[in-house]
Amino acid sequence: MPAGGSRRNFLKASAAIASVFVAPGVMLYQTSIARSPDQAVDSTVRWGMLIDTNAMTEADVDKCVSACQREHGWKSTGKPTDTQWIRKLDLLDLETGYKKSLPMMCQHCEDPPCVAVCPTGASFKRADGIVLVNKHTCIGCRYCMLACPYKARSFIHENLTDQLAVAPRGKGTVESCTLCVHRIDRDGVNAVPACAEAVNSANRKPMVFGDLNDPNSEISKRLAKLGAKKLRADLGLNPGIRYQGL
Amino acid sequence: MVDQTRYSELKVNSSRYWLILGVLAILAGAGLVAAHHMDVEGHHVSGMNNQVAWGLPHVFAIFLIIAASGALNIASLSSVFGKLNYQPLARLSAIVSIALLVGGLAILLLDLGRPDRLIVAITYYNFKSIFAWNIILYSGFIVVVAAYLWLMMERRMHAYSKPAGIVALIWRLVLTTGTGSIFGFLVAREAYDTAVLAPMFIVMSFAFGLAVFILLLMASFKLDKRVLGDCHLQRLRNLLGIFTAAIFYFVLLFHITKLYGTQNHGVEYFLLVDGGIYTALFWLFQIGAGNLLPLLLIYLPALKQSRKSLVLACCLVIVGAFAQLYVIIIGGQAYPLNIFPGYEVSSSFYDGVIGEYTPSIWELMLGLGGFAMSIIIVFMIMRILPVTPEILPDDQASEISS
Repeated sequence: MPAGGSRRNFLKASAAIASVFVAPGVMLYQTSIARSPDQAVDSTVRWGMLIDTNAMTEADVDKCVSACQREHGWKSTGKPTDTQWIRKLDLLDLETGYKKSLPMMCQHCEDPPCVAVCPTGASFKRADGIVLVNKHTCIGCRYCMLACPYKARSFIHENLTDQLAVAPRGKGTVESCTLCVHRIDRDGVNAVPACAEAVNSANRKPMVFGDLNDPNSEISKRLAKLGAKKLRADLGLNPGIRYQGL
Repeated sequence: MVDQTRYSELKVNSSRYWLILGVLAILAGAGLVAAHHMDVEGHHVSGMNNQVAWGLPHVFAIFLIIAASGALNIASLSSVFGKLNYQPLARLSAIVSIALLVGGLAILLLDLGRPDRLIVAITYYNFKSIFAWNIILYSGFIVVVAAYLWLMMERRMHAYSKPAGIVALIWRLVLTTGTGSIFGFLVAREAYDTAVLAPMFIVMSFAFGLAVFILLLMASFKLDKRVLGDCHLQRLRNLLGIFTAAIFYFVLLFHITKLYGTQNHGVEYFLLVDGGIYTALFWLFQIGAGNLLPLLLIYLPALKQSRKSLVLACCLVIVGAFAQLYVIIIGGQAYPLNIFPGYEVSSSFYDGVIGEYTPSIWELMLGLGGFAMSIIIVFMIMRILPVTPEILPDDQASEISS
């Protein structure tokens, strides 16, 4: 057998052996950073998202909205009763004529007014900062919709069919962006919400999702370097969604 | 002082009485049909949407709830403040109060997205929510007033009616404060977010509750052919005038407070000048028909002795009440949120534009149904319990006051 062939075989065998040992390691690592379904979330983590509005085009924002619709199975035909978990906001500075589009959704506040006003506690904040609606205890009073400063909540006005398993939606209850909590519970720190996944690529990342409590996370580093705006900061709600370029 | 008034159940059997009850029953039934329809089809059959999430049912419900609180004024004046002239009407005042609250709560409950989850609403409490507090305050109010009524009616227990009256008075002041705070606590909306809404709702409750009470009192006495002396109506008339003027004062205070801050000029311009239906309702129906006209009808010397002018004043106060609550509740939501000050904002979710809302027939049916139910309850209780004075002549009143 020529020496070249033996080397090739050796490399092949080595690669096979390596993958046999490394792959489970990677799997184990992935599993270890994700949370098991019965494990409670804790407040060492606070999930947030940084949106660089300068890096986002109108088309990007549209992509965010479509991705969220696909992920959670909602659609909007433009009726005022339609649900919108995330929407494209067009801003126009009347003085200068400056225009901008950005994605707007639940801001996952640290002190969410929707949680404060909910009579049954159905509107709640998880320890890791994600603001959700418990679909079993929401009575559909819509007080949270009046309280939210960001118009992030929608009420389901019609009967629904063909809901997706990741988004248990039902008529007569209120809903909003979950920050793709199902992905977070599955993938841990590697999770990327559907909206961010739709616009981020290898060479640009206008939407950075991550742990605001971890100073070494990409989102914390970018916030430390460039800062960002909290919407309606005057209300002191400390939202988890931050905007750059406003 | 021991109550010397003789009370008896309503004995009226006229076709007019049954016709009124029949119409009320049809309205209440229609309300239930509407609630069922909205429950089965979803709220898209209503005029409410994701911009205006609370609509006409809430206007009716909040009217009835605060009127319930105010209707108890007459009982409080007698038991707590010792104004014995009002004592013969105290029982009826408690009945009207309970009935209005039941009607208001029924509307609120039936308008929920999930009315079938009533059990959740009463077993899961978030004590930071003013809404949750109100659920406790409303149901507790019915218990407190029912106990108060029993203490007033049971002669052996009459001595305890004063402390019960004090509890009921405090309870209803807290209740109406809570109802006003449902809006006052909403920092996100420029039309709300002010503590003045709480005392304003208290004063509104005094006038609205009294207007409903006077109308029910006059109607029931007339239907049952009982004597109702002018001096009683005169006192109630004066009270209604004071309360209506007080509402005007609070509305003035509310808008002046808002206008003082430049950041609120937009919402004030919307409500007072450029708000279309809301501006029209405010000036024509709330201020014109609901405040100024009743004051004229109540205080103009030429009309002071006229019962018709009092009836009209009460009706106008109620019309003004609906206009005021419509402007507060729906106008406050229709005005867009200011998430990006300094920018003009637009989106497919109606950001930056006035929220559209046209009440549907189903909401009107639900609201009227709740109101009708309240009146049916009043007439039913008046028929089975001795809460109505057999006679309320002028001379008896002057004897009591002396």
